[in-house]
Amino acid sequence: MESATASAGPAPRKGFLTWDFISKYGLIALLVAFPAYYAITDLLAGDGLTRIAENLVAGVSNGSIWALVAIGYTLVYGIIELINFAHGDVFMIGSFVAFGLYGTFGLTLATGTLGLAVGLLAILLICMLTTGVLNVMIERVAYRPLRGAPKLAPLITAVGMSFILQNVGILWVGGSQKGIPDLIDAQKQLIDIAGVTISRADVLAVAVTIPLVFLLTAFINGSRLGKAMRATAQDPEAARLMGINVDTTISLTFLLGGLLAGAAGLIYALYQTQIWFFQGFTAGLIAFTAAVMGGIGNLRGAVLGGIIIGCIQQISDNRIGNEWTPAVVFSYLVLIMVFRPGGLIGEETREAG
Amino acid sequence: MSKLRELRRQKWANLLPAIVVLVAVALFPIFRPPLDSFMDDTILALAYIVMALGLNIVVGFAGLLDLGYVAFYAFGALTVGWLASDHFTGLGGEGGIHIGVSEFASELPGVHLNFLLIIIAAIIVTAIAGAIIGLPTLRLRGDYIAIVTLAFGEIIGRVAQNGDEVKISGYAFSNGRESIAPVDQINIPFYGELDQATDLRPYFWVALALVLVVLFVNFRLRDSRLGRAWIALREDEVAAASMGVPLVKTKLMAYSVGAAFGGISGAFLGTFLQSVNANQFQFGFSIFILAMVILGGLGSIWGVVIGAVALSFVNTRLIPDVLDGEGVRNVLLDLGLDFSFQQVSFGVFGFILVLMMVLRPEGLLPERRRKLELTENVGGEETLLTEGRG
Repeated sequence: MESATASAGPAPRKGFLTWDFISKYGLIALLVAFPAYYAITDLLAGDGLTRIAENLVAGVSNGSIWALVAIGYTLVYGIIELINFAHGDVFMIGSFVAFGLYGTFGLTLATGTLGLAVGLLAILLICMLTTGVLNVMIERVAYRPLRGAPKLAPLITAVGMSFILQNVGILWVGGSQKGIPDLIDAQKQLIDIAGVTISRADVLAVAVTIPLVFLLTAFINGSRLGKAMRATAQDPEAARLMGINVDTTISLTFLLGGLLAGAAGLIYALYQTQIWFFQGFTAGLIAFTAAVMGGIGNLRGAVLGGIIIGCIQQISDNRIGNEWTPAVVFSYLVLIMVFRPGGLIGEETREAG
Repeated sequence: MSKLRELRRQKWANLLPAIVVLVAVALFPIFRPPLDSFMDDTILALAYIVMALGLNIVVGFAGLLDLGYVAFYAFGALTVGWLASDHFTGLGGEGGIHIGVSEFASELPGVHLNFLLIIIAAIIVTAIAGAIIGLPTLRLRGDYIAIVTLAFGEIIGRVAQNGDEVKISGYAFSNGRESIAPVDQINIPFYGELDQATDLRPYFWVALALVLVVLFVNFRLRDSRLGRAWIALREDEVAAASMGVPLVKTKLMAYSVGAAFGGISGAFLGTFLQSVNANQFQFGFSIFILAMVILGGLGSIWGVVIGAVALSFVNTRLIPDVLDGEGVRNVLLDLGLDFSFQQVSFGVFGFILVLMMVLRPEGLLPERRRKLELTENVGGEETLLTEGRG
C-alpha cells in the first residue's frame, strides 16, 4: 500500500520535497506551537511563565499515566498488529478494582502513613495482577479464535469487548462519576520551584511510572521471554519454527500490557480521586494517540508520546476548556495519522519493516 | 449461457418473497391505530435500516471499517435543525426564508425548507463531509482507518455538543446540549403537512419509501462497475489497483455514498424525533449501527436489513419490555442481581459483536463471497475454499 507513494523515483519533484519537509517537521512544529502560543500570550499579558510551567508539570504527571496505558497498546500492536480497543477499559477496571480494595484494606483518610504505604503497595500489586489476567482472558476469548481471519475481525471484537467492560463498570459503580477518598491528599504541595507547585500526585505518578518502564524494558531486552517476544514481533512464523510458543508469548504480551494498565488505574484513582466507567474510553484513545505519536510498536516512543499528549491535554483543559479536550486530542490524532503515521521516533512493526 | 439464465431466474425467485414481505409491511399500518407505540418503534427501525445500509457500503462493500458513522447522522440531523426550525432566526429578514412549507411553518422565523429539499441538502452536506473525512484515510492501512474515522466522529460529536460556543457570523453551530427544537413536520407536495401528533402512519410510509429508494440504489450500486470495484478493493487492494481500479476515487465514493445514506436517515430521524439533540451523537451510536451490519452479515443487503430491524427492536422492545420486564427481573432478583438491562444496552450490543465475530463472522444472512473470505484462512481449512469454488 505505502510502497506506491514511498519511492518517487531518482529525482523527486519539487512538490515531493515540500511534502517531505512537512511530514518530517510539521508535527514537531505543531506540537511545539501549542504550548508556545500560550507561553507567549502569557508573557505578553505580563503574567510570566508560571502558569504554563504548571500546565506542563501536570501534563508530565498525567502523561506518565497515559504512557503506562500507551505501552499496552504498543506492545500488543507490535506483536499481533491489533489495536486492542478494550485496553483503555482494562485500565478503567484497574481503577475500579483499586477503589474496591480501598474498602477491603480498610484504607481511609485516617490511616497512618505506614499503613497507607503498605496498603497501597498491596493494592498496586493486586490491581496489576487482576488487570493482567483480565487482559489475557480477553485475548483468549475475543482475539485468539480470530487469528488468521481478516484484520478487521479482531478489531470489531475488540470494540465489542470494550463495550462489555464499560457496562461491567456501569453495573459495578454506576453510570455517573464517583468521587473516591483522596487517600494521599493528592493536591498537597510537595515542592515549590520558582512559584511552580509540584503536588504529591505529580510525584507519585512519575515515581511509579519510571521504575515500571525500566523494569519492562529490562525484561524485554534482557530475559529469554523478552527475546521470544521480540522474535514473535518480527516474524511469528519463523519464531514458531525456532521453537517459540507463539500463543504463550502473545498471552505474555497481553499480561504485561494489563499489568501496566492496572498500575495506571490505581495512580489515576489516587490522582484524580474520581472514577467513571467512561474514563477508559477517553484514556484509551488518548493513550492510543500517544502510542501512534511515538511510533507504534516502540516502547520509548509510547512513553514520549504519553508525556506529550499529557501536556497537550493539560494545556487544553486549562486554556480552552475541558469539554473541548477530546476534540483537541483527536485532532492531533488525525494530524499525526495523516502526516506522520510512523510517529516521532519511528514504528517497529512488521508492516513498517 | 444456460447457467447465466439459471442465475437470473434464481435472482427473481429470490426477489419474490421480498416483494411479498414488502407489500405486507406497506399494508400493515392500515390495521393499526393511528397513534401506536409499536408504530413508533417500527418507524425507528426503518430509519435504522437506511442508516445501516449506508454503513454497509463503507464497511461491507468497500471493507473500510468506519467507526465514526455517527458523524453523518449528526450532519443529517443538523441539516434539519438548520433548515427546518427557527435556529437561524433573523436570517432572510423579519419573515425568514420559506420554500415549499405549510402555512403554519411559513409564519415562523428562521429558515424553513420543504422536507424533500432538506433530504437533498442533507445528502450534499454528508457526501461532502464523507469525502473530507475519507481523504486523510486514503494512505492509511485498515485499522488506522478505523481510528481516524472514530476520531472524526468524536470531533464532530464534540463540536455539535459544544456547538453553542461555535459561532459563525453570530449564528451558533448547534444548540449545544440543548436540542434544536421544535423542528417542522414533513410537508409533502400536493398532499399537505403530516402531523405526527394525530397520525403516525404517514411517517411510516415516508420512512418505508426512503428504505425502498435506498434499497434499490444499494442493489444497483452493488452490481454496478463501482460496486464491483468496491468489492475488489475489499478483497485485495493491491490486486484491485493493478487491475486498474482507481483507488482514490473508489474509496472516496464509498465514503460519500455511505455518508449520504446516513445523512438521509439522520434528516428523517431529526424530523421524526422533532428535535436535534447533540447528546445522541456518541460513539455508542456508531457501534449500534455497526452491530446491525455485523449481525446481518457484512456486505449482504438483506442481511443488513434484518440486522437493523432486529437490533432496533432489541433496543426498543426486547430490552425495556422483556429483559427488564417482571419475569426476567424477578429471576435476576432471586439471583441477587439488581440491575436494569436498559443501563447496559450497549454492553448487549458489544456482546453481540463479539459473539457474532467469533461464532459466525459472516452474519445471520451471509453474502456468499464474504463468507468465503472470512473462512478461508481460519484454521487453514482448505476444504471450505474448494467447496466454495465448486
